[in-house]
Amino acid sequence: METLGALAILVAFCLAIYSVVASVAGAVAKRPYLTVSGQRAVYGIFILLTVASGILVYALMVSDFRFAYVAARSNRAMPAVYKFAAWWGGQEGSLLLWSWLLSLYSAVVLITNRRKFRDMMPWVTAILMSTQIFFLTLNAFVEPPFQMLAVGRGITAVQDGQGLNPLLQYWTMAIHPPTLYLGYVGFIVPFAFAIASLITKQPGDAWIATTRRWSLITWGFQSMGILLGAGWAYAVLGWGGYWGWDPVENASLLPWLTATAFLHSVMMQEKKGMMKVWNMVLVSATFFLCIFGTFLTRSGIVSSVHAFAQSSLGTWFLGFLAIAITLTVILIVRRLDYLKSETQLESVLSRESSFLFNNLILLASTFAVLWGTMFPVLTEYVMGEKITVGAPFFNKVNIPIGLFLLLLTGVGPLIAWRRSSWDSLKRAFRWPAIMFVVAAAASIAMGSRSFYATICLGLCAFVTTTILMEFYKGSRAIAGKSEMNLVRAAIELTHRNTRRYGGYLVHMGIVIMFIGFSGAAFNKDTTREVTIGDRFTMGPYEFHVDKISDGDNPNYTWQRAEIGVYKNGQFLQELKPERRVYLVTEQPTSEVSIRRRLNEDVYLNFAGMSQTEENKAVIQAYIFPLVSWIWLGFGVLMMGTAVCLVPSKARILASKAEPVSEFAAEKVLAG
Amino acid sequence: MKTYVKFGLVMGAVVCTLAWLAVSGINESKTYYKTISELRSDASQVGKRVRVTGDVVPGSIHRDGTKVHFKIIEKGHNQLLDVTYTGKDPLPDTFRDNSQAMADGKLSAEGTFHASSIAAKCPSKYEADPNKHPADVPLNGGKPSSI
Repeated sequence: METLGALAILVAFCLAIYSVVASVAGAVAKRPYLTVSGQRAVYGIFILLTVASGILVYALMVSDFRFAYVAARSNRAMPAVYKFAAWWGGQEGSLLLWSWLLSLYSAVVLITNRRKFRDMMPWVTAILMSTQIFFLTLNAFVEPPFQMLAVGRGITAVQDGQGLNPLLQYWTMAIHPPTLYLGYVGFIVPFAFAIASLITKQPGDAWIATTRRWSLITWGFQSMGILLGAGWAYAVLGWGGYWGWDPVENASLLPWLTATAFLHSVMMQEKKGMMKVWNMVLVSATFFLCIFGTFLTRSGIVSSVHAFAQSSLGTWFLGFLAIAITLTVILIVRRLDYLKSETQLESVLSRESSFLFNNLILLASTFAVLWGTMFPVLTEYVMGEKITVGAPFFNKVNIPIGLFLLLLTGVGPLIAWRRSSWDSLKRAFRWPAIMFVVAAAASIAMGSRSFYATICLGLCAFVTTTILMEFYKGSRAIAGKSEMNLVRAAIELTHRNTRRYGGYLVHMGIVIMFIGFSGAAFNKDTTREVTIGDRFTMGPYEFHVDKISDGDNPNYTWQRAEIGVYKNGQFLQELKPERRVYLVTEQPTSEVSIRRRLNEDVYLNFAGMSQTEENKAVIQAYIFPLVSWIWLGFGVLMMGTAVCLVPSKARILASKAEPVSEFAAEKVLAG
Repeated sequence: MKTYVKFGLVMGAVVCTLAWLAVSGINESKTYYKTISELRSDASQVGKRVRVTGDVVPGSIHRDGTKVHFKIIEKGHNQLLDVTYTGKDPLPDTFRDNSQAMADGKLSAEGTFHASSIAAKCPSKYEADPNKHPADVPLNGGKPSSI
């Protein structure tokens, strides 16, 4: 069976090479049968990699410890879901997942576009499959997932595997890697479309619409992946942080930032024919940062708490990146005439320039994060001494950037295209500005002593007001005309221009998340050594230690504290923080216990038994205000993304009737 | 053209502010990677922000209120370093005997290292006891994987 798996990867590797050759040859020589065979090869690769992945997963599920991978990543006592998740629990399996997802994406792209972009699709196929060749090279020759152990050849059988890293045995961790990978891998598709459009000098902007759609979908997955990682860190690592500027976290943030920039600036290209070169650069940079991110995670070049295996993969990734970047730059330079801007920037006070600022800021953030992440590597090369920068650096640069972006989120949508007058700005921003002052004053009155948190809460009120005003203006116009109530009118409004109002919903999600971030300025914590019957207080809460117990099951042993949480003498909830030691890996983990509420989370961590006093448990208690808003805001963000993907009613009507221009439809909506 | 000049000025102001923030951020938080023997042999390291790595000496971890004391050793040099952890965050779960610890902090004049943050990796299973799982070495010479 393992031979079949390895064979499937090898054949897929050959098919990928064939697909690239056939697609390019077919496109150049105008032989449709060649390009079609190249596309069929893509479907073939998907089937083959599905078989290979299926075999690996099957081996994991039945605990077939002849497989080196299974023995190293799984053990018998692990619940089935984590046996499955062990697919991406290690280097080889992750790379196989990467290839499999890429083959899945490629197949979906070809199916959904089978009747469109005839001249461009062969190139899209070729670019997707070139990347596939690279990853299959790693799968087939560098990190093969189907290595077998020497069982049955004079050596005793492996009784049990080593188990998945216990820190990964948590539900968000089980789905965090694949969603993040869906994001990482997905950004190849917009890149492939952009490059193919350059090669074939696509006229018009039909391909942009497709590219934008794909970018949005992958952007959604990437956001989800990042947030699941944050949620995991919060609930598992025991110190209540959701973001630590760890190299691997940064790696996932980098392409997200450039993709966000692209999603905004591509509007300039669609509506104004501007920034075409810039957009090409952004799409390419996003893709390269995805590869770079995979490289950072997989090569262990920067030491990280994620602590993945050190390996020789680095050279392969750098080689691939070098080739890809060189080819892209040459192509963009040779197509500069095709990418010429159709209009000019007219005023600093315009929607156009707010987009430019948005891009500048996002790029600055990308650069700062990249710089900080690579600082140890850079200083070692340049100065011969390894120097690292920590969270203070990232926070110092990125908090102002984040606040400035938040401001733009409110300002951008209200500024007119082309040019705006100060007078019209004053009128548009009167209420938002008032709300800013009110919210900032309120947060100071409530005891905020942090400058950034105060500004942040003020800006959140500012942006919320602008978004509500936009919805209100549009819905009132519709409600007046068609006798609907405001709520129905708002839904109708959103449906008529899903991109615009879905975008506002995404912004609203970001605002809610920022409210959650600002809560970090008000965190409280305390560490106590307690025994049964002890009581301690923190903030308005009182904690009663009711019970400290221990026990075991086949997977781990545990110690648990049961602590009653009281406020103003009233019982609220029993929290049960736990400490586990997984038997196979002998690694302890904390299972924190959290009382999640919108205003604040109460968070208890069982840090261990005291080493100085018998029978005393070390309990760390935290209050995290507003953290739940982050997850809530993320929900709104995902909803907004989904709305953006629904086709607009106006556009459907317009395309059915005569070709009414999009601008006319939007003018009507803008009222 | 005037528009572009104005625009350029605003952009320049933004970029300069960020660059200034970045430089001061780097100066505030830059940390040098040092080995234990480098720390021991160079008196000028006292008081500087340093990151030092070593293996946790078995049995040396003990808790004293909110502080945690332990020793780390540099492999091959047999240089020991006393570390006192004074940070707020709980120690990582991977931190235990024999694990590879990475401590950020400052060396005091008395020779104790005051760490404000600790990161740790599990000891490699393969190094710890090569005879435990004889069948774990792949046949075709591939290197063993580690978490």
